[in-house]
Amino acid sequence: MLNVSDLDVWFGDPPDRVDAVRGAAFSVAQGESFGLVGESGSGKSTILRAIAGLIDSWSGQIEVDGRQIEGARRDRGFYKTVQMVFQDPYASLHPRHSVDAVLSEALRLQGMGDIDRRITRLLEDVGLGKGFRFRYPHQLSGGQRQRVAIARALAAEPRLLLLDEPTSALDVSVQAEILNLLKELREEHGLTYVMVSHDLAVVGHICDRLAVMQQGEIVEIMSVDALRRGAGEQDYTRHLIAASQ
Amino acid sequence: MSETELSRPISRREWLLSDAPQSRRQAQLGALYQGWLTFRANKLAMFGLIILILLFGMAIFAPWLAPQSPFSQNLADRLQPPSAEHWLGTDSFGRDILSRLIHGSRITLFIVGTVALIAPVAGLLIGTVAGFAGGWVDQVLMRITDIFLAFPKLILALAFVAALGASIGNAVLALALTAWPPYARLARAETLTIRNADYIAAARLQGAGPTRLLIRHIWPLCVSSLIVRVALDMAGIILSAAGLGFLGLGAQPPMPEWGAMISDGRIYILDYWWVAAMPGLAIFIVSLAFNLLGDGLRDVLDPKGAKE
Repeated sequence: MLNVSDLDVWFGDPPDRVDAVRGAAFSVAQGESFGLVGESGSGKSTILRAIAGLIDSWSGQIEVDGRQIEGARRDRGFYKTVQMVFQDPYASLHPRHSVDAVLSEALRLQGMGDIDRRITRLLEDVGLGKGFRFRYPHQLSGGQRQRVAIARALAAEPRLLLLDEPTSALDVSVQAEILNLLKELREEHGLTYVMVSHDLAVVGHICDRLAVMQQGEIVEIMSVDALRRGAGEQDYTRHLIAASQ
Repeated sequence: MSETELSRPISRREWLLSDAPQSRRQAQLGALYQGWLTFRANKLAMFGLIILILLFGMAIFAPWLAPQSPFSQNLADRLQPPSAEHWLGTDSFGRDILSRLIHGSRITLFIVGTVALIAPVAGLLIGTVAGFAGGWVDQVLMRITDIFLAFPKLILALAFVAALGASIGNAVLALALTAWPPYARLARAETLTIRNADYIAAARLQGAGPTRLLIRHIWPLCVSSLIVRVALDMAGIILSAAGLGFLGLGAQPPMPEWGAMISDGRIYILDYWWVAAMPGLAIFIVSLAFNLLGDGLRDVLDPKGAKE
């Protein structure tokens, strides 16, 4: 589904150039859930943004669904395959657009018909009733906002969902709800996830495999079982696991 | 209006303030009503609004409200002080000042309305395109804006009017041409903060093109601060228009433009103070009303307000 190799991402021009990601390589199979773990500034979100086309200063190969991607330009087919859920639900919804406006715009842009019925179903899918349809973001709680953001991502009926710390801005009790929702949605829609998190427990809950990142490089790719056993091959991984227990 | 599951009929107020609107229209009307409640709580802003509504009424019904024609001269009655017959006195041609003020409100509103329509729209277009496109487009548009900003407003307007010829239409055009740069700056600054927001990235990921992002996502967020700015700038626009009128480059005699009326009264200002003071008072009241309105609108529209 997703193949990344040799990925370098940088910001700025020399002499101020910062190499955010160096030589990252991983692949995610169809239907798999893959985690990217590391401390802040390790480049995990940057990888997601480069895949999504929100950063154009990168080199290497990114292959989505068998097709090579270049620069920051993406075609319609890409947006129908890949969608993203952002970290902060307070920043990812337009403050002047109602839930209805957000979802119908997404559906229209994806060329879907029968918008009324689809909006109702999307809201049901993410556990919001019809009563939420005409609310504005300031009338929603953080968890509800994130559900709307997930519904927006699902509008395109994508197969690959990029999750950028989707729960880190939420209360602990709400976190669990959103994580369970994401788990259910994956089973229902057969989605592939790439999830960024600094929280090993979250990744352990959602993912099958994960990559551990440190200062822009992937230091180890391991299975979640290995994570649970605390069996990291690298010192840094063991250090990270120990720190989270 | 809408169907509700409640057995008890709900009041219009409850319907408007509902947390779970049932239709698009209810949600929009509810948002408007919320804004109106915030605005209404500001007494001074309401005061400004009432003055402006009266001004509009005055402009619309000017021929019926004015006791005399604004142009009819009576040299026997020239420079009469305020009296029962001429409430605000007469000017040097014996024309009734009250009638001229009432008719002049039309000209004032025409000037303010036209400038307020042209300048912010031009500023919004230029500013958001510059901020959103970035790169050389930004450079070119902002340097043009800098050139306009480098001149004092009234001097630049003077130059335009001098080049185009003295008339009320050209005065409006000149004012609009000098008024847009601050709006462009403001719109650009807003755009720069919005441009990299996650919701713009999310819309991009839905396949939204730059035109759609600009019109549907960026404009709605810039417009509110522009409206506030326009309302606060109105006073300045009125004063600039009056200034052009005073210098004889705006409205031409015998048009009852307030600035030109002050200019007419200048010669007599020591002995017959009301000739200049009455139009000056009118300008002062209307400018104040626009400022108060702008303050109230800021409470309602400013996204950084206490709405969240």
